[in-house]
Amino acid sequence: MIRRGFLGLAAATLLAGGAAMADETFIIVQSTTSTQNSGLFDHLLPMFREKTGIEVRVVAVGTGQAIKNAENGDGDVLFVHAKPAEETFVAAGEGVSRSDVMYNDFVIVGPPADPAGVAGSKDVAAALAKIAAAGAPFASRGDDSGTNKAELRLWKEAGIDVKAASGGWYRETGSGMGATLNTGVAMGAYIMTDRATWISFGNKGDYVIAVEGDPKLFNQYGIILVNPAKHPNVKADLGQAFIDWVLSDEGQAAIAGYKINGEQLFFPNAPR
Amino acid sequence: MREAVSDFLVDWAGEAPILSACSLAYSAEGKRLIDGLDLAIRPNRRTVVMGPNGAGKSLLLRLLHGLIRPDAGEVRWRGRPLDGAGRRAQAMVFQRPVMLRRSAFGNLTFALAVRGVGGRERTARASKALAMARLEELSRQPARVLSIGEQQRLAVARALVAGPELLFLDEPTASLDPASTAAIEALIDAAHRDGVTIVLVTHDLGQARRLGDDLVFVDRGRVVETGDAGRVLSAPRSVAARAWVEGRLHLDATVRSPNHNRNGRQT
Amino acid sequence: MDGFGAALADALSLILAGDADLLEIIGLSLRVTLSAVVLSCLIGLPIGAAVGAFRFPGRAAATVALNALMGLPPVVVGLIVYLAFSASGPFGVLGWLYTPKAMIVAQTIIVTPIVAALTRQVVEDLHREYAEQFASLGVGPMERVLALLWDARFSLLTVALAGFGRAVAEVGAVIIVGGNINHVTRVMTTAIALETSKGNLELALALGAVLLAIALVVNAAVMALRAAAVRSAYA
Repeated sequence: MIRRGFLGLAAATLLAGGAAMADETFIIVQSTTSTQNSGLFDHLLPMFREKTGIEVRVVAVGTGQAIKNAENGDGDVLFVHAKPAEETFVAAGEGVSRSDVMYNDFVIVGPPADPAGVAGSKDVAAALAKIAAAGAPFASRGDDSGTNKAELRLWKEAGIDVKAASGGWYRETGSGMGATLNTGVAMGAYIMTDRATWISFGNKGDYVIAVEGDPKLFNQYGIILVNPAKHPNVKADLGQAFIDWVLSDEGQAAIAGYKINGEQLFFPNAPR
Repeated sequence: MREAVSDFLVDWAGEAPILSACSLAYSAEGKRLIDGLDLAIRPNRRTVVMGPNGAGKSLLLRLLHGLIRPDAGEVRWRGRPLDGAGRRAQAMVFQRPVMLRRSAFGNLTFALAVRGVGGRERTARASKALAMARLEELSRQPARVLSIGEQQRLAVARALVAGPELLFLDEPTASLDPASTAAIEALIDAAHRDGVTIVLVTHDLGQARRLGDDLVFVDRGRVVETGDAGRVLSAPRSVAARAWVEGRLHLDATVRSPNHNRNGRQT
Repeated sequence: MDGFGAALADALSLILAGDADLLEIIGLSLRVTLSAVVLSCLIGLPIGAAVGAFRFPGRAAATVALNALMGLPPVVVGLIVYLAFSASGPFGVLGWLYTPKAMIVAQTIIVTPIVAALTRQVVEDLHREYAEQFASLGVGPMERVLALLWDARFSLLTVALAGFGRAVAEVGAVIIVGGNINHVTRVMTTAIALETSKGNLELALALGAVLLAIALVVNAAVMALRAAAVRSAYA
């Protein structure tokens, strides 16, 4: 890994050295709104650029769309949070290999009145069953994003068919995390969100975290180099340099060091 | 079949017409507006076209100028069917001047530019035309802010600037005051002296007397009388022309003609 | 609700502070939008003038098509441009995706029908007035289009402004083809969308006020230019 890092750095330095190639020393990372909205990239990318001269351009969309864009070859690195979909992506030969980068967790936020009586619960399946039983409004992203996929998995585990309730108490906004939070808060609905987005979200109203701490709410982020064998335009060396840095001790420390109001948002867990 | 009085046949003595129309017909919305019309315009003359409202005078001018295609019949220019070259040898001044959204000078240079006149010659000819219309002072003014009289002078100058052989004018002074009318008539006169054939539609008997060499009287889409303008106006032979002239006299002099009712128009 | 007051105060302080990031975003917004408007005029003015000034078979259909295309949904345009410039699309080799170039292309597609359709109307009205005079003067087809465009120039400035208004306020297309990449493709509208999704509603509103101010300045500048041109066009 260190060797790979050096190669990547060497390649980056070579590219940066050639004035004619200066414009080319950037990569496109297809990522998710949660990493963007939380401000993590604003924290990490300047450090990386300082070190390597490589500019990282982040396209922040839902995980579903990010994977789709990467499949079209419109990106060098995929940095998302939907492990099964990521593994399918690699298995299909679209990506080179997948590494865990960091995790945070999902939480369910709700109005302080707590109409479903789930506040303080650490059992997400039971809490979801209660919300369904109470018919309390629940705002889902419904956009095939990583968060949406995780949420649907949890409903399934709780044995609830949300499709049948869609349009009733189960409301699919078809939007990003921020838009869904804006909508959900306004309609008094429960919302599942990643903790990082929630902490940095500016329009919480009087909302509080209702459900947290269940291991099932664990939210793993992975990073993948888009396969240059399949998409020749992929800047493999530069992309790998970024991946190597994110997975390095320095990158991992930088992730751990990102805090809002003293609260750590992401927990690095790259394989040693 | 139809009454048509003409002394051209007597007067012409073999002079070839510059412009002629033969069995011209034009209908719109089911109405026959020009109905088998024959006409000849003599070169270097001033022909006045008169007739009651709705007789088809303006339409006739447009047909003769090639702005509208006839349904039947033919317009001939110098003995040959009217074509692009023939049209370019003609010019027309409309009742209401259509000014381009440019300076007075720009309106003149535009007319020259479309004829492929450029450079110094264009500037020189436009300046000359402007001087002729006595509009030098207003050269740089947007044409559309000029008074209606100035606009019409400019329209005549613009029609003449490219040197046409024949100039149509469709009631050019209908909405002008006497001074402006006199200025337009002077321009027409000057053009005529320069050899331009004039075809003028007017309702103004005085103007017809002042400017007309020949007169063509049109009624219901047909030419009913042609002849020397002075003769037609003083002694119309056709029933329609007589009725019209006398009606005018009646309005002018408040004298009722005893013949007015008896000689109803024949169709 | 004091959101509006706070937003206006924020907007004012944002502008007064001359924040470098904000200036960069404003600059890119203007660059992308003005480029798109200029391109749209180059394409749309002749098309609109031709449809307005000539009779030809299918003219009514062309008019309807132009008017209908004014309602092109930006998101659809964004998707089409994305697919065209995607690495796996026909123009992928150009590498324009996620750059201002793709954003300019998308906005040009959105604005061109607006310019063409409004130009068609303006030119047709003017041509109705000029048609006989032009025919009498013997004005050829090319000269006719150019003369109508020139004589309608002040009305067409308003047409261009309508296109500018549509483009500068557009977010659906530029966010798909530009990617809202910080310092690269982030413009006013995508920044507003981002701040809204972060729940920073006051900041989003303040940026909206700044955008409105930009639109006002551009409109005022063009109108002042127009007034000056009207005064000096004949000097």
